[in-house]
Amino acid sequence: MPQHPPCLSLRQVRYAVGSARQTAGVKEILRGVDFTARRGEVTVLLGPNGAGKTTTLGAAQGLIRPSQGTVQLLGQDPFAAGAELRARVGVMLQDGGLPQSQQPGVLLRHVARLHQDPWPVEDLVERLGMADFMTTNIRRLSGGQKQRAALAASLIGRPEVVFLDEPSAGLDPQSRQMVFDLVQHLRELGLGIVLTTHLLEEAQKLADSVFILKDGVVVRHGTVSELTGDADPALTNGAAPERRLVFVAPRTLTRGELESAPTALELDGSADNEPGARWAASGISTPADLSALATWWEQISLMPGEVSFEARTLEDVFWEVSTS
Amino acid sequence: MSIEISRPAPASRRILAHGLYETRNVLRNGEQLLVSLILPLLVLLGAHRLDIALGDGSLPSIDVITPGVLALAVMASAFTGQGIATGFERQYGVLAYLATTPLGPTGLILGKALAVLCVVIVQAVVLGGAGLALGWSPDPAGLLWLAAVVVVGAAAFTALGLLLAGTVRAEATLALTNVLWVLMGAVGGTVFPLDHDGAAALLLLLPSAALGEGIRTATLEGSPALLPLIILAGWAALAILAARRWFNWR
Repeated sequence: MPQHPPCLSLRQVRYAVGSARQTAGVKEILRGVDFTARRGEVTVLLGPNGAGKTTTLGAAQGLIRPSQGTVQLLGQDPFAAGAELRARVGVMLQDGGLPQSQQPGVLLRHVARLHQDPWPVEDLVERLGMADFMTTNIRRLSGGQKQRAALAASLIGRPEVVFLDEPSAGLDPQSRQMVFDLVQHLRELGLGIVLTTHLLEEAQKLADSVFILKDGVVVRHGTVSELTGDADPALTNGAAPERRLVFVAPRTLTRGELESAPTALELDGSADNEPGARWAASGISTPADLSALATWWEQISLMPGEVSFEARTLEDVFWEVSTS
Repeated sequence: MSIEISRPAPASRRILAHGLYETRNVLRNGEQLLVSLILPLLVLLGAHRLDIALGDGSLPSIDVITPGVLALAVMASAFTGQGIATGFERQYGVLAYLATTPLGPTGLILGKALAVLCVVIVQAVVLGGAGLALGWSPDPAGLLWLAAVVVVGAAAFTALGLLLAGTVRAEATLALTNVLWVLMGAVGGTVFPLDHDGAAALLLLLPSAALGEGIRTATLEGSPALLPLIILAGWAALAILAARRWFNWR
């Protein structure tokens, strides 16, 4: 399948705060970020707190000037670009960016006036179910209502690229579904969507590609299938898909037994190492891996109660990266 | 909705729209109205009622106090009002959001400056009207100079307010702008004329003194207030340069 054209690219972007003269010295927040987002795709940026997600988005949106590296948003440097570029980009900030003493209706109509041909306010309000709180001060809105107002403010200019920083934070399941549907609709319309989220299930469902940041650098990227090892081996240079093997241990495993295991083991959904606990073994991708595990069971005289293969999820990959 | 290239409204329309949006925000905000209009009005009425002798005592006190109150009001809307509002907008991410819209950082600042001018016009009408009703008789020959001093003074104090809002926390901006406004109003040459002799004359370099002196010179003497204008323009340039260097949008 041909790839969609890129709408955003960051190449070796570095960003530091402070100065050598200050006691705290220079702190490098981004340490050479490479990132690409494409039109008609949802690109998800993941990372533990403090990984540099918001700073990466700030550089992409032109809110900060990188210390080094290049940023191209719709073919232009967003930090130096003017209103022509900003009209083509929508931004929903993590903290909303909404004036607390304003009504959503007044704010949306004001932002619409900054554009030549904005999305009709009434249509957007109806799509996002905002009619009931258009005349309520933003300060008095619930978290979910504020999120919807911020989402509407990011879309009012009919952008070609939209940045959504935690768009479903604080939303109830029904509102979250509404946001998912809208994001999918925007993708079908051909918008490039860059989003960050802490909801990894959401990311797995929506993402066309995923970038995982840690300590200011992208440590993994690819499609969800590529990251979780479900990709067609033909597409992954012949490597077998990596899956997790989950087994139920009928008794407690000793520390020595765990240390002698041929592969990393971790509790899977069970709180304690006790009889009946579920254990997940990662890195089982060949018959030899499976045989080594069976040999270990034999050595420690353990007959698993139940054995199954489970596809790795984005959450598994995320935790691997976060804890490595 | 379909994918077409979205275009910004013309720059003049964006700035005008944002100026009017900010003006409405100020005029419907009770706290801002209190500082920008009601407190200066109370100072005017109180000083007139007490018949405080100002200057060398050769002029009616209302002719001295009204220009000072106008200067106090300009500082309230340009410095205190814009400083506090912008500080909290920065804290809530509003500045960052608006900087990503077609308005952009420059449009945002020009819109705010326009809003200050609109509010200053309202202040001039209300406070000037009250002063005239109480017997103020400004020299008509100085009205153009009055306008020039007010515009340059508003620019200087807006730039100073934005500088503070963009460099310290919102709560600190709130405290500092209020304290400085009271201090400048009381002893900084805004309402009460300063001594022009000796070391005290150095205080005339303060923007508050320059604004007060400029408006008094224009309305009492009908003559050009060149020195205050130069001092205010200098403060405006310094504050703009400092804001360009240190202003933080987030």
